[in-house]
Amino acid sequence: MRKVSFPFVGTANIPFENLMRAFGNDVILPSRPTKETLSLGTKYAPEFACLPFKIVLGTYIEVLEKGANTLVSTGGVGPCRAGLYTALQEKILKSLGYEFEMITLEPPSRYLKDLIQNIKKLINVKLSFKDYIRIAKFIWKELQLLDKAEKLSHKVRPLEVKKGEASLAYKKAVDLVREAKDLKELLEVEREIENLFDKIDKKDIDPIKIGIVGEIYVLLEPSANLEIEEMLGDLGVYAERSMFLAGYTFYNAIMDLFRRPGEMDVKKEAMPYFKEMCGGHGRESVGNAIIFAKRGFDGVIQLSPFTCIPEIVAKSILPRVCEKYNIGFLPVTLDEQTGKEGLRTRIEAFVDLLSARKKKNFIKGDAKNGALFGY
Amino acid sequence: MKVGVPRTLFYYAYSPFICSFFEELGVEVVVSELTSKKIIDEGVEDAVSDACVPIKLFHGHVKNLLNKVDFVLVPRLVSVNDESTFCPKFLGLPDMLESSLPDFDNMLEVRVDTKGKRSELFKTCLKTAGTLGIGFFKTLRAFNKALKNYEEYKRKFREGTIPYLGVESRDKNSDVIIGVVGYPYILYDSYLSLDIIKKLISMGCHVVTPEMLAEEEKRREDLKLRKLLFWTFSNGVLRASYNFIRENKVDGIIHVTAFGCGPDFIVDKLLELECKEKNVPFLTVTLDEHTGQEGVNTRLEAFVDMIRIKKARKEAAVS
Repeated sequence: MRKVSFPFVGTANIPFENLMRAFGNDVILPSRPTKETLSLGTKYAPEFACLPFKIVLGTYIEVLEKGANTLVSTGGVGPCRAGLYTALQEKILKSLGYEFEMITLEPPSRYLKDLIQNIKKLINVKLSFKDYIRIAKFIWKELQLLDKAEKLSHKVRPLEVKKGEASLAYKKAVDLVREAKDLKELLEVEREIENLFDKIDKKDIDPIKIGIVGEIYVLLEPSANLEIEEMLGDLGVYAERSMFLAGYTFYNAIMDLFRRPGEMDVKKEAMPYFKEMCGGHGRESVGNAIIFAKRGFDGVIQLSPFTCIPEIVAKSILPRVCEKYNIGFLPVTLDEQTGKEGLRTRIEAFVDLLSARKKKNFIKGDAKNGALFGY
Repeated sequence: MKVGVPRTLFYYAYSPFICSFFEELGVEVVVSELTSKKIIDEGVEDAVSDACVPIKLFHGHVKNLLNKVDFVLVPRLVSVNDESTFCPKFLGLPDMLESSLPDFDNMLEVRVDTKGKRSELFKTCLKTAGTLGIGFFKTLRAFNKALKNYEEYKRKFREGTIPYLGVESRDKNSDVIIGVVGYPYILYDSYLSLDIIKKLISMGCHVVTPEMLAEEEKRREDLKLRKLLFWTFSNGVLRASYNFIRENKVDGIIHVTAFGCGPDFIVDKLLELECKEKNVPFLTVTLDEHTGQEGVNTRLEAFVDMIRIKKARKEAAVS
């Protein structure tokens, strides 16, 4: 029997676990990455591997120890190095003596045959066409609901009267999604999630708005970004991320099949400053920063793992872009040495700066901020 | 008209082509000064802080040229063969410079995406000459001359001369042969590489580098990977090293890399694993703007001594 496991990315493990089970596999669930996971990864990874590589390698070791014999992950076509990670991780893990099969799901446009073959390996029960449709609908709804719950938590957290309520509601929402058995239950859960966040007492204020851009793994996995969104929310900031699971899956798996470049508007915005696709999400970081600026956000935070090449290119471009659009910019580089308190200090300073700027603009009656009331 | 060519990155791989092409067009070519502390410092000042040393250095070399020439050449190297691209930083290089050097307004940006086709390369040359107001026939002549010059340079390399360092790397009487592998812009920049190659030669070693293998020879090498690496230079380094190991051409391998180099963490680990498996001594030297000569010397000496002892033991065991 296949004992399948996979990297831990945000809440993605919930739909992925269900998918693997529906295909007739045993699943060894990865647990949320901890300090130990990271130090395991750091121990066996090359020094200049990026944080996601180290966390994922650590997770693999943990699940292999728990008895997994198949590791499933995604690939890529470069030039971002993440597309080669599974190849290297497989070599490292085998040199440590583990026995397993590594299954890499490559993007369909260039590796369709390969992808189908790999997916076939993971389907270990007989399923009818109707079953596939049912599974697909269910998983897609799960993805959407998880994103929805997260977005609601970001919206409500800066406004909550009693600290911590939004985080609690979010936790509950995730549990509800996890426990739902079929599509019908999921539809009920959707209403329940909305209720959960509706019930929270909210202040009537206009919070500082910060957009978060950067590399996908550190963006999606809170244990990698030291829960930066919660941190911002607790400081009374509305934080919005540029990337969510459902959207990402859609653009990179489904649109890719039809060879349609995803997120056209983001790329178009970035074009004048970033003319070449250079892998990862460097160009998206620049494009999304511009979109945030146009939507009236006060600042942008870029999250990048140390030595991440596409984000370094973006990092040299972002200051100019943010200056042009007159919004604040804070680059945050993450590695195994980054401490939460240090990050909090920097974030607090950044938020103070933005609120001071907002006040000043308001008093001066800056036309750009739409506050022309004769002070 | 004067065109400035920064003496780093692409320079150490393609300058014989680039410089002779411009010269044949009747354009004066000004190459930036040799890398020095001043150039590195100037680069560090403006480049984004976590960029690798070669990128910082590129900023410095561009600043060295800015006021001396009409245009500074900044190629956007995308692909030169049908299997790989360049490191993302090469792909985004003009964009990075435009943002980090605000008063850089005479950039001659040339996008090179030939996929290994000579016709594409000619089109790129034609376009570049066109922006300088030069016509078809003159360009064609310069193109052919540049190609010839480039072939000549590659031949010299294969015969064991390192043109940039002005040394002959092959001394058949040396007792130790060392494969020094890494990207050309690190290996052949005396200042950046702390003259590792010359140091090894002075220690009586025979040095071989990836450029001393023909492209076709490298291409034949099986990397035993599920997927080829994405980056042209990295594949070159890896294939050359595998070739050196498989054909027993070297007694040890030294991988020279830049601190924080993105592609190299994969290259370096693969090399380490391969050398371990084949029992070939392996050393990684990581360089940045702070690396000191003495520390590197000590490590090189220890590495070569270790190889000599190992060889002596082996010989003793045989006899």
